[in-house]
Amino acid sequence: MAIIEKRNSVDFAFSLITALASGVVVLLILGILIVLVRESWLAISHFGVVKFIKSTDWDPVKENFGAATTIFGTFVSTVLALFIAIPVAIGIAIFVTEISPNFMKEPIGIAIELLAAIPSIIYGMWGLFTLAPIMSKYIEPALKASIGAVPVVGILFQGTPMGIDMLTASVILSIMIIPFTASISRDSFNLTPAVVKESAYAIGATKWEVVKNVVLPYSKLGIYGGITLSLGRALGETMAVAFVLGNNHQITTSLFNAAATITVTLANEFTEADKDLYLSSLFYLALILFIMSFIALALAKFFLLKAERKTSR
Amino acid sequence: MADIVELQAKNLNFYYAGNVHSLKQINVSAHRNTVTALIGPSGCGKTTLLRCFNRMHDLYPKNRYEGEILFENNNILSDGVDIIKLRSRIGMVFQKPTPFPMTIFDNIAYGLKLNGISKRSELSERVEKALKNAALWDEVRDKLNVSAYDLSGGQQQRLVIARALAVEPDILLFDEPTSALDPISTGKIEELLVQLKNDVSIIIVTHNMQQAARISDWTGFMMLGELIEYDKTDKMFTAPSEKLTEDYITGRFG
Amino acid sequence: MNIDQKRRIESIVALTLSTLAALSGMFWLVFILGDVLVRGIGALTPSLFLNDPTPAGVSGGGLRNAFVGQLMITGVATLIGVPIGILGGTFLAEYARGTKVAQAISVLSDIMVSVPSIVVGTFIYAIMVKPVGHFNGWAGAVALAVIMIPVVLRTTEDMLSLVPWTLREAAFALGAPYYKVIIQVVYRGAATGILTGILLSIARVAGETAPLLFTSFNNSFMSTDMRGSMASLTASIFQYAMGPYDEWHIQAWGASFVITVFILLITIAGRLIIKWRYK
Repeated sequence: MAIIEKRNSVDFAFSLITALASGVVVLLILGILIVLVRESWLAISHFGVVKFIKSTDWDPVKENFGAATTIFGTFVSTVLALFIAIPVAIGIAIFVTEISPNFMKEPIGIAIELLAAIPSIIYGMWGLFTLAPIMSKYIEPALKASIGAVPVVGILFQGTPMGIDMLTASVILSIMIIPFTASISRDSFNLTPAVVKESAYAIGATKWEVVKNVVLPYSKLGIYGGITLSLGRALGETMAVAFVLGNNHQITTSLFNAAATITVTLANEFTEADKDLYLSSLFYLALILFIMSFIALALAKFFLLKAERKTSR
Repeated sequence: MADIVELQAKNLNFYYAGNVHSLKQINVSAHRNTVTALIGPSGCGKTTLLRCFNRMHDLYPKNRYEGEILFENNNILSDGVDIIKLRSRIGMVFQKPTPFPMTIFDNIAYGLKLNGISKRSELSERVEKALKNAALWDEVRDKLNVSAYDLSGGQQQRLVIARALAVEPDILLFDEPTSALDPISTGKIEELLVQLKNDVSIIIVTHNMQQAARISDWTGFMMLGELIEYDKTDKMFTAPSEKLTEDYITGRFG
Repeated sequence: MNIDQKRRIESIVALTLSTLAALSGMFWLVFILGDVLVRGIGALTPSLFLNDPTPAGVSGGGLRNAFVGQLMITGVATLIGVPIGILGGTFLAEYARGTKVAQAISVLSDIMVSVPSIVVGTFIYAIMVKPVGHFNGWAGAVALAVIMIPVVLRTTEDMLSLVPWTLREAAFALGAPYYKVIIQVVYRGAATGILTGILLSIARVAGETAPLLFTSFNNSFMSTDMRGSMASLTASIFQYAMGPYDEWHIQAWGASFVITVFILLITIAGRLIIKWRYK
């Protein structure tokens, strides 16, 4: 219901200013896309698209660049982080909405929000100075001794546990995204109508059965949305992983090895890129990251809008 | 007092969003210094009609009027009309109290400031006068600088009436002004309306027939977008000429 | 074991697991915060705030330049980002309310809120650093403003939408033009909500590091000239934490302490305002 009041000139001017201000968002998104394409054009024309994505080269000296190692690192760290974070986040959401006594709901809600507010650089530094030593001294040797001996999965846990590696980075990343996933899951759990839950209790379902058979299916879309949003955030997270990933361009099977993500490569090499092709290749990585996260975030928004519409109906 | 027609709708038709024909050939007038009540079952178009009188419908796209509404011999539906000026002459009070997020004083002064009055002494004077006219002065004289939200619902509604009165309009439109209030507050507002008609002409939409009978001089009964009957209130409630009116006021439907 | 017992046990196991999950969430918060507070508070010396850095390896010195730079960059970002965000949100919630355009911009803003901040850094580098040939504080401020705009815009939109529509009609009925209705009535009604949005957006950008790395970069000297490279707390933390000296590490913890406490206080203040206003 747009307002079409016959305007006086001040009102018209004000509406125009607000329209321009909201147009800034559109301009920014288009601007980022156009500028990144322009800046990476040298690398795009030099390496192509498929070849760049498939190539594992990253050699600033010979000026031979490919995105495969960093895309691999980005995906593995993100997927592993989600793998750790999702069960914990959904557990938190179940606890807050269904189990916790009322007086605890708020403190936990605040704790989740504060965790989300801590800047990523703090996570990164904490990871470097506190978590990494713990990982290399206790957790990683234990993993190596136990799961490392198991065939097949064992290859994930080979080599010297240094603490500066894919596993530590993923753990920090997972701690970082738990709050988002948890708070979105909690919000979608809360959308389940009380009547529906009560009728499940009324036929003798246990609390867990109500969660499993009523709440979870009911809030499915919201949870998908929360997970995809966390995916989008994890893909682009820089500082939390920059300290502990090691920025090593390689594809390895062991999680005890240093690796590189797009973000970490950018953070470490962008200001050092001395040649045009090098810089352009870094812009190319940024472009790939922008497109990947844009798709993930758009998908998340799609799920969340759909969930919203479903409940408002 | 001479009987002067203050506002007159002639063959008024109104269409929502282009094509929903919501008012059909309405002919009705409001007389100076009287209270005119519009009654009818919900969805009959009484609020829609009321909102034509200050062209509230212009806020939303594709709404369309046909016919005329005469106010001081001008058709207020014609294109050249300054709607903003029109609304300062024909005020409106809504179903729920709508105090602005400001102090009591600033609420009343708001409309005055819009009309270019900025001298503090004149503002104070007119605010006091408006509050007195709205029978609220005694209750708020010591707290003009507190937030309007601190008042009770009934007080808020009288504040909103005072705000509308402050700009000294010729007509005040009331859209079910007591439906959100308790009986005591309702009684106070009704008393106030009867007093106010000495200063302004009043048109009130109400779903409460007793209220219409108690306070109005003229009554229009509407159904399905048509004005079924329009007459003096005492005649209407004792000897209606239309069968539909009789059915409605004797409670056979609605 | 009959079926009822099995169901009951399953329920207990599942609920225990989610309780553990919640506890682990609290555990990480306490662990990380505790660590930052304990290690950081020891690093809070007057010289951290009052002295500029000494040359690498030389002991002593502080991060005065980074505190000043951080304040300036964040301050300018707020001055740019907040007005644009509020005005843009106003368009979506008022003039364009309910239209397809408003919906589309709203969705794009939501996406923009989560776009990787390092990508914003590369974007600003390309348009504000590369053309002039050197890093500068303005670029850092604009990069943060870019991140701020969608945050402020979306909260403003939401908060304005919460103001009851009848309030606007009441103002229209008094003969107010729309811009006066918005500025004098709607903004007042949504003031606390918008303020909270601004606070949270400041909290959001104050801890950003990635967009500053290629824009304002860093500067080991005190500088208030936004045209040149500028130090910031976050960039200094990155540099010092990754560096080889213990003293740098201690200063990095001190800076982390300050920035974390600042952000948490703002976040809590924002929450309290919301709670107090919309109780």
